[in-house]
Amino acid sequence: MSLLIKGGRVIDPATNTDEIMDILLEGEKIKKIAKEINFSADQVLEVSGKIVSPGLIDMHTHLREPGREDEETIQSGTYAAIRGGFTTICCMPNTNPPIDDPLVAKFIYERGKRKGVIEVLPIGAISKRREGKELSEMGKMWKAGVVAFSDDGNWVQNTHLMRRALEYAKMFNLPLISHCEDKTLTQDGVMNEGYFSTILGLRGMPKEAEEIAIFRDITLSKMTGSPLHIAHLSCAGSVRLVKEAKEKGIKVSAEVTPHHFTLTEKEVTSFDTNTKINPPLRREEDLRVLKQGLRDGTIEVIATDHAPHSPEEKSRDYVKAPFGIIGLETALSLVIRELVEKNILSLTQALAKLTINPARILKIDRGRIKEGTKANLVIFDLNKSWVVRKENFLSRSSNSPFIGWRLPGVVEYTIFEGKIVYRNPNSCRKQHK
Amino acid sequence: MDFKRKDLLGLEDLTRDEIFFILDTAKSFEGILNRRIKKVPILRGKTVVNLFFEASTRTRMSFELAEKRLNIDVLNFSPSNSSVLKGESLRDTIKNILAMRVDCFVLRHSTPGTPHFLAKEIPVSIINAGDGAHEHPTQALLDLYTIREAKGKIEDLRVLIVGDIAHSRVARSNIWGLTKLRAKVRVCGPPTLIPPMIEQMGVKSYFSLEEALQGVDVIMMLRLQRERQTKGLFPSINEYRDFFSLSEEKLKLAKEDALIMHPGPVNWGVELPFKIRENRRNVILGQVTNGIIIRMAILYLLLGRRR
Repeated sequence: MSLLIKGGRVIDPATNTDEIMDILLEGEKIKKIAKEINFSADQVLEVSGKIVSPGLIDMHTHLREPGREDEETIQSGTYAAIRGGFTTICCMPNTNPPIDDPLVAKFIYERGKRKGVIEVLPIGAISKRREGKELSEMGKMWKAGVVAFSDDGNWVQNTHLMRRALEYAKMFNLPLISHCEDKTLTQDGVMNEGYFSTILGLRGMPKEAEEIAIFRDITLSKMTGSPLHIAHLSCAGSVRLVKEAKEKGIKVSAEVTPHHFTLTEKEVTSFDTNTKINPPLRREEDLRVLKQGLRDGTIEVIATDHAPHSPEEKSRDYVKAPFGIIGLETALSLVIRELVEKNILSLTQALAKLTINPARILKIDRGRIKEGTKANLVIFDLNKSWVVRKENFLSRSSNSPFIGWRLPGVVEYTIFEGKIVYRNPNSCRKQHK
Repeated sequence: MDFKRKDLLGLEDLTRDEIFFILDTAKSFEGILNRRIKKVPILRGKTVVNLFFEASTRTRMSFELAEKRLNIDVLNFSPSNSSVLKGESLRDTIKNILAMRVDCFVLRHSTPGTPHFLAKEIPVSIINAGDGAHEHPTQALLDLYTIREAKGKIEDLRVLIVGDIAHSRVARSNIWGLTKLRAKVRVCGPPTLIPPMIEQMGVKSYFSLEEALQGVDVIMMLRLQRERQTKGLFPSINEYRDFFSLSEEKLKLAKEDALIMHPGPVNWGVELPFKIRENRRNVILGQVTNGIIIRMAILYLLLGRRR
């Protein structure tokens, strides 16, 4: 089976390529990349005017299997992913049971292979039951295929345990991912602490809780020499801490989510529970510094923190509703809208943060367009736009604050291991006419 | 002027003119309370449901009495004897009662914003009777009414609110209302009970009660919830009393004719010494009486006219 992709604008951030080229796929792999390929392939995609990029990688996804399959399964999560142009997603361990032992890790890995339409890579918990008391069996989970370790929403409050986890992970050369939040400071807060939490009477989560946690983890990373990846930076102080650490040569990397660089705390005045996110939406000033951090390279990854929740739970009142929103299907478009169109990043720089950069941090051979490697690609149209509609989500959940927004950038094809796993249904209809 | 709102959710979104219109409407109901027969059947045939998800004596009774004075059919709901105990969600509860064709909900809930999001979803009126630490509009309106009756105006008065500002919906609604009516508002309490950036609401904050009291026309004391102590917000009731109780001596720092107000229920001996009960400047019970006509006015404005 061969597939020829003709006339697209090929962007490969890993090699700083941005040219009109043809790509020939054979089987699972990229056979040839050249200016003009004349070959009678089994299938030809004429994609002139469209962007051809390495398939996107999300290193921060929540799938709800096992435990809450009504909200998202491994399979439905991969459907949402392909609509957003992703070909690799890494799922966080806060399932029920959690990914804190090799059996669950193996279950996710194999279920992803069998039921998923793209690649699902599990992230193992740092501690048993994500309780922050005892180390999980990191080695056995590594053998079962996890690509990083994280206790996700539970920051490892015990400094000693975090030190030992960083040290122990060296055996596998895998990064620890830290959701930096000192919960003794955020307590039962539900939004950013500041003017809006004051007038709304909602409990605040001070940005200092994130900064304190980041400072500690960076210090431990320096002490142990182990790589540390900081999940979803949300405030200006965090960006500065990471920048300083990098300048000192500490092995730290960081991500930001599209919603944290798009929305501010002001959105909470609607009392829409789809604005309840952890870390919380912050101030205009924080958004400015996050974008600056993206531009100067302090933040090298954009990740979704895709967090599906049932409508029953999200329709509870603001205090009782769970934190989190879905993000796989809107991420690329928000990156284009907020970063590329506003000239914060070039398209190549933006795609690097969604492809080769996360691949490098996770040490997986993905995120590039290279002859002989697996053919994971996304083809999208920068000049088209779409309207986010609740009923069109391929995720099982629809908890998004972007419903009703018109967004630029439409994914036309997602190709995984040489096969077209997604095609834009609207474009297909047009072709038939 | 015309009052065209469906709901009364808070004072943040009311205009100065709307607030005066509500106070004037309340004034016109004043005489009814002193009549031998205290009933005006202007809302006969309307049905109001009082939904109180949080404990309340004064506000619930005040609403019920206001409703009965207007000849409204009243349904009372409290979660302790309802299907909420069976796990029914708030939305379902509201939609089920709505299916019985009622005209208005009076809602008290511990979570900020609850009446606001429900108001967007249902076609009938919602009156916010307190949503967490967010707003308590009828309380603030009755406070404004009480001040205006006693002082003849609100503009340029110095008004001091003392106590747990951070957790107080009464403080927030009063700050919105008083600043809109151009009073000069001060808040005072220990820094742990003054929320961040409160001054952005147009008030001045003080940590010393002595300083804050200088030259004020109105003193609003707030109830101190004892459970805040266990959350590490202040060390002891004794110490709080030492610094923030309105003693006779401290009271002398305010204007001679300064009003003493409190939304109730008072912790006598904590924020207010027992002796204040007899002080002639204490208008606390007057606030309670005014609460009824304010609520009658709100019900009339929301339900009595065509929108």
